Amino acid sequence: MLRLSIQARQALARLTLPVLIVLSLATILLGRATPAVPERMRTALSDALAPIYDALSVPLSGVRDAAADVSQVFSLRDENARLRAENERLRHWYDVAMLLDAENATLKANLHWIPDPTLSFVTARVVADAGGVYARSVLLSVGPNHAVRKGQIALDANGLVGRVTEVGARSARVLLMTDINSRIPVVLEQSRARAILVGENSPYPRLMFLPEGVHPAEGERVVTSAEANAFPAGLLVGTVHYGSTPQPELDPAANLERLEIVRIFDYGLGGIVPPEAPGRAAVAGAPD
Amino acid sequence: MTDKQPGIRPRLTMGHRLDVAARYAFPVALTTLVLLLLSLPLGLPGQAQMQPAWALASVYFWSLFRPASLPAPSVFLIGLLLDLLAQGPIGVEVLILLLTQAAAISARRFLTRQGFAVVWFAFIGFAVVATATEWFLISFISWRLLPMAPGIFECALAIGAYPLLATLLTRAHRSVAAPELA
Repeated sequence: MLRLSIQARQALARLTLPVLIVLSLATILLGRATPAVPERMRTALSDALAPIYDALSVPLSGVRDAAADVSQVFSLRDENARLRAENERLRHWYDVAMLLDAENATLKANLHWIPDPTLSFVTARVVADAGGVYARSVLLSVGPNHAVRKGQIALDANGLVGRVTEVGARSARVLLMTDINSRIPVVLEQSRARAILVGENSPYPRLMFLPEGVHPAEGERVVTSAEANAFPAGLLVGTVHYGSTPQPELDPAANLERLEIVRIFDYGLGGIVPPEAPGRAAVAGAPD
Repeated sequence: MTDKQPGIRPRLTMGHRLDVAARYAFPVALTTLVLLLLSLPLGLPGQAQMQPAWALASVYFWSLFRPASLPAPSVFLIGLLLDLLAQGPIGVEVLILLLTQAAAISARRFLTRQGFAVVWFAFIGFAVVATATEWFLISFISWRLLPMAPGIFECALAIGAYPLLATLLTRAHRSVAAPELA
């Protein structure tokens, strides 16, 4: 232990805080100048925490499911009636779908249609809601020898979730479509109008840059567009929703508030670099 | 530790010294642990806001009542952890927490002699300035006007939770975090 005089020690103690404040300012600048460094630190921390989160997420989701079960008991009757009615409707649609499927197959056979490639995907557990106050992302736990890469697309059972933006040895981060840095090219299914889905950190991202005179109807389905080669065409994103403003918003089909398991699809697209979180610019040639 | 009574005393035993060290480490350990717990997928509403709100309340409290147990370098590391856990630009929380500590320490002589209400009122000011700074810095760094609602919620959360947190932390401050009781 270094022995210092009392005066020196006091002076040193008084200096620590100002020096550290200057150092924190330097950290902000450094994080801006070399965005790869904080990203690597973040990935290292995620890698260290992911196994712990993973181990804890099983009992935690068990508790949550049990709580949901208890609350569902009270609405069993209504739920049953609703499901019966829905089943009736779906049975009809099933017949229609089978018919159309058969018709589609014959038409494709007649047209010498090039079949879409079968997609490879991995399924990963969402272990933490890794967004901050001003960001929306989730952390996935992936095995040590995973094939998850930056720019791959995450879907849950119902629709699009977002894109992989950071990949570590045991963890990966998915930027949700609701994040303020997320921009997704989309198409309205009925009117075929193109738009950009802009995240706002709120539960409902906005539909922007619609063509002049297009007023999407409430509830119209919105799917991804293949423009910019960042997404495959036709993935369900959500439905049009009008909030308090006349600007159309999107009600995501995926359950973004309660993500538990997502599928990461490899569409082999590398159109654009994934969107970046605030304070981090794109790095050319960064390891992905 | 400060020697208030001069004189020769027996050397501290190993267990005793460990006890003192653990008591000194308590504030930093608790702050870090709760931060990590709040990053778990608990599915609580407003969980993203709880992390910075907790860090702010904790740094404020310990800087006022036990600054020796919360040295500035540890505040730096807590801020760094917070920045890495959240997705914001790195260094922002570090700066805010360090400035909070600096301000709390300079107001210490006055505030620690006041009752709880005054300390809470002072914290309201701290929370407002801290969340406003956070919003401004992140907006400035990402060069975009970010929505204010999450920041306002964070501020309200910090202010609202402070009485409960302070009650619990005061208990810890008088028992497990008190090196003089070792």
